[in-house]
Amino acid sequence: MAGTTAPERAGTSKGGGTLYRGDLGMWSWVAHRITGVLTFFFLFAHVLDTALVRVSPDAYDKVIETYKNPVVNLFEVGLVGAVLYHALNGIRVMLVDFWEKGARYQKQMLWAVLVVWVLVMIPGTYYMLVRTVTDLLGGGH
Amino acid sequence: MSESLTLDKPRSPRRPAARRSNFELYSWLFMRISGVALVVLVLGHLFIMNILDGGVHRINFGFVAGRWASPFWQFWDLAMLWLAQIHGGNGLRTVINDYARKDATRFWLKVLLYVSMVLIIALGTYVIFTFDPNITD
Ligand code: HEM
Repeated sequence: MAGTTAPERAGTSKGGGTLYRGDLGMWSWVAHRITGVLTFFFLFAHVLDTALVRVSPDAYDKVIETYKNPVVNLFEVGLVGAVLYHALNGIRVMLVDFWEKGARYQKQMLWAVLVVWVLVMIPGTYYMLVRTVTDLLGGGH
Repeated sequence: MSESLTLDKPRSPRRPAARRSNFELYSWLFMRISGVALVVLVLGHLFIMNILDGGVHRINFGFVAGRWASPFWQFWDLAMLWLAQIHGGNGLRTVINDYARKDATRFWLKVLLYVSMVLIIALGTYVIFTFDPNITD
């Protein structure tokens, strides 16, 4: 499953032909692919903005200010969520490949990925947004 | 669920002989080995930069200077840069192979991909090694 090609039609195998396509396992793969590509594109921009430290402190501080904008801050939460999913699901893929019981527990492991994701994202989102939200709600003396 | 996992028979009766290299095997393996390292490097980076005391709000030139004063964080960021670029670039190579329909499209998308990988790795490495905290003096 963890191969290099898009999922093949499994239509002719027994059991109604829905063994992979449309199954939760397919969606976990789709999400893994989307989050990976998204992260790669962000990394491209992120290395460019960090490279401004080589230009001047002022140039760097100016772009970093945009990261502190409330809307961009919200995107950061989304990005952290995407990377976290990719990392957790990546561990699951490796366990499926290398652990002898991995394939048998792949579905349980997907649920574990989702539960851990939620458990980390709740406090994570809170800490990423508190400062922005308090500033918005007329703090900022 | 997985007990009933039966796959279609491969379409071709025999594997194509010869001309095979192990490149795809090594690439597959690399995705997994780099993945393990990236769990620590990337999730650690995100935690420190976005979540730990104040997150992104405390980041500025001085913050970067403080971190890159230490060879430990320089090495961390260098390893993360190279591994994430090669891992992500190799992943994107697979994605291009999957979706590009014409050979020419596939070729040019890969040229674009490899150029951007070389550019980002070179620029990032240069910045880490030549960073100057007193750049304005
Ligand atoms: C944080 C730790 C990470 C882990 C554990 C991880 C794990 C993995 C694994 C195991 C694969 C191979 C999946 C397969 O062969 O089916 C993969 C694919 C991929 N990864 Fe990562 N990765 C991580 C970080 C990253 C980062 C930072 C990027 C972007 C720069 C990235 C981009 C990709 C891409 C584009 C693919 C190809 C997806 C596909 O072919 O569908 N990954 N990842």
